[in-house]
Amino acid sequence: MNNLIKLLDGQARLVDDPWSLVREAQGALPEGPLILPLALWRERDGADGLLLQPDDEVEALGPLLSGVPLIAVEFPSFRDGRGYSQAYLLRTRLGWRGELRAVGDVLRDQLSHMRQCGFDAFAVREDKSAEDALKGLAGLSVLYGRSVIEPRPLFRRR
Amino acid sequence: MYHYDDYDRALVQERVAQFRDQVARRISGELTEEEFLPLRLQNGLYLQKHAYMLRVAIPYGTLSSNQLRCLARIAREHDRGYGHFTTRQNIQFNWIELAEVPDILQQLAEVEMHAIQTSGNCVRNITTEAFAGVAADELLDPRPLAEILRQWSTINPEFLFLPRKFKIALCAAEEDRAAIQMHDIGLYLYRDDAGEMRLRVLVGGGLGRTPILGQQIRDGLHWRHLLSYVEAILRVYNRHGRRDNKYKARIKILVKALGIEAFAREVEAEWQHLKDGPAELTEAEYQRVAASFDAPAYARLDDADLDFGSALARDPEFARWCARNLQPHKVPGYAAVVLSTKPGPDMPPGDVTAAQMEAVADWAERFGFGEIRIAHEQNLVLPDVPKADLHGLWRLACEQGLATANIGLLTDIIACPGGDYCALANAKSIPIAQAIQARFQDPQALQDLGELSLNISGCMNACGHHHIGNIGILGVDKGGSEWYQITLGGAQGMHSELGKVIGPSFSADEVPDVIEKVVDTYRDYREAEERFVDTVRRIGLEPFKERVYARAEVPA
Repeated sequence: MNNLIKLLDGQARLVDDPWSLVREAQGALPEGPLILPLALWRERDGADGLLLQPDDEVEALGPLLSGVPLIAVEFPSFRDGRGYSQAYLLRTRLGWRGELRAVGDVLRDQLSHMRQCGFDAFAVREDKSAEDALKGLAGLSVLYGRSVIEPRPLFRRR
Repeated sequence: MYHYDDYDRALVQERVAQFRDQVARRISGELTEEEFLPLRLQNGLYLQKHAYMLRVAIPYGTLSSNQLRCLARIAREHDRGYGHFTTRQNIQFNWIELAEVPDILQQLAEVEMHAIQTSGNCVRNITTEAFAGVAADELLDPRPLAEILRQWSTINPEFLFLPRKFKIALCAAEEDRAAIQMHDIGLYLYRDDAGEMRLRVLVGGGLGRTPILGQQIRDGLHWRHLLSYVEAILRVYNRHGRRDNKYKARIKILVKALGIEAFAREVEAEWQHLKDGPAELTEAEYQRVAASFDAPAYARLDDADLDFGSALARDPEFARWCARNLQPHKVPGYAAVVLSTKPGPDMPPGDVTAAQMEAVADWAERFGFGEIRIAHEQNLVLPDVPKADLHGLWRLACEQGLATANIGLLTDIIACPGGDYCALANAKSIPIAQAIQARFQDPQALQDLGELSLNISGCMNACGHHHIGNIGILGVDKGGSEWYQITLGGAQGMHSELGKVIGPSFSADEVPDVIEKVVDTYRDYREAEERFVDTVRRIGLEPFKERVYARAEVPA
């Protein structure tokens, strides 16, 4: 089942996913493009995507990021909000412009917050309908504070 | 008070629709209870012992008459005819049907209210003191910045899934009546020598299982940096706060683990990236919000009112009420009036009936400017009453059971709903409060005891703020039965302190006797006008322990 939503030119679409997510290196790695956890990713230099765990310090990645094709941020539980701050830092402080994908416990009612924090791809949890999750992406029309996609707080936009 | 503009209205309306959809998905089974839980908590909806409980936000404790009437209607139509005001200046309804919640939220939205972020691991209701804007000892009005913070923290996408709940309070008077040291972030607002608004920022305070007073992380912060500095604190906390243990997840544990200096360095480093960015507040925004809080059209009154003076002279009951329940007002001829929700054993602390709410809403219009405040001691406040009207108001308040002259006295008990309602509680709170109130009914004796706060919590979560009561009572569970631990010496305000446990806990039946012994000890030792808490500070716990636990040492 394909459960990946991507924002393409501002439009949310269900898309095919060529990437294989590897959370732990056990046995042989799958064929095709891979998203690998930090330690494994460091061991191989190549065109692998990077999977960040909530404890990973994103600032330390700095220069390593050029050339990375994709970054996935793990939400071990949808209630663990560290991924939001990681996304904020990746986008605003480290200048990451490539695909930023939320993976793990990714659910409809959190998608708009993730989008505000700079995610542009959402691997919806597999037992949920991604079609349905698209409805959660819009969120609310008013944001008082600021976010990655709207860095000006409302008081500067009135 | 603040009035919604089109943005505020749109947000609250869309939020009602969003939550209506979430409730429908829960009822249809599309959302599991686990998935629904954080969503409903972010809308103030708990599943308690008997029913759902809905906690409605009252930002910085300010209500209009119409808003209070709406709360009365909800109490009548969706609850059992009353609501419970909390130490966070919110109101809770205890008997709510899940399916009715969207309609309740719709009713609230129509009077510019909501239940957003009154629970959950996010920034909670921003609080100030109940007398903000009117207190005679106020340095500045804290409400505009409180409203700016309310807006900024509402559905701020990065900070909705913090390690744990997050509470912010703001105070700007000589006396701290907002308990800022007991908050994750406490903000003290003042003017510097050049007249600029500055903030002293405290961090890492909180009660609960590990009570800690907040420590100063920064002083002299310019008000324009309020949002960026709070953002820096929250980002450090969101990234580094503990999530492995619910009881160690509050920011106070992180601050304690790192030490305040190291924590401050982290925040400072983060803040350097933010401080001159778009989050910097503008004068225009401050003025826009502050305009909502412009002083109402006060009349030019004499500070000494003849009618008031003669009523005081001829009516000792009224005079006693005035001595306890008025707060000095910054405008001559006016007073802020505290209506006690603690009449004694007949009504749990903080509980107010729909009829009482409607009466108070009417009085606020008749004797003031249509505004009501909720104090963190769970009382109601009419902030702007001309002294000439006080006697008339008092007589009406007597009829409604809201004129108990006990503000700041032993029977003005802060208590959480406890085991009668709360799913978390280890022990009951309300019957303990009632038993103590029944024991101390003589107004003269109470008056003689003077200023004495007594706070009761039904569990370690400390919703009743027992740690900062001069006398604190904590319900504990021992082998499946309810026991009560006593602390002494706690205090709120500029000289906040955490109470100390006096010894082994007591059964519910023993509590009134124990309190009586504590109070008797104070009477024996006090010097002249010394307050209870000052006597405890001076003589320590020993004399109290001796009296309270004496029985065990007396040979049979």
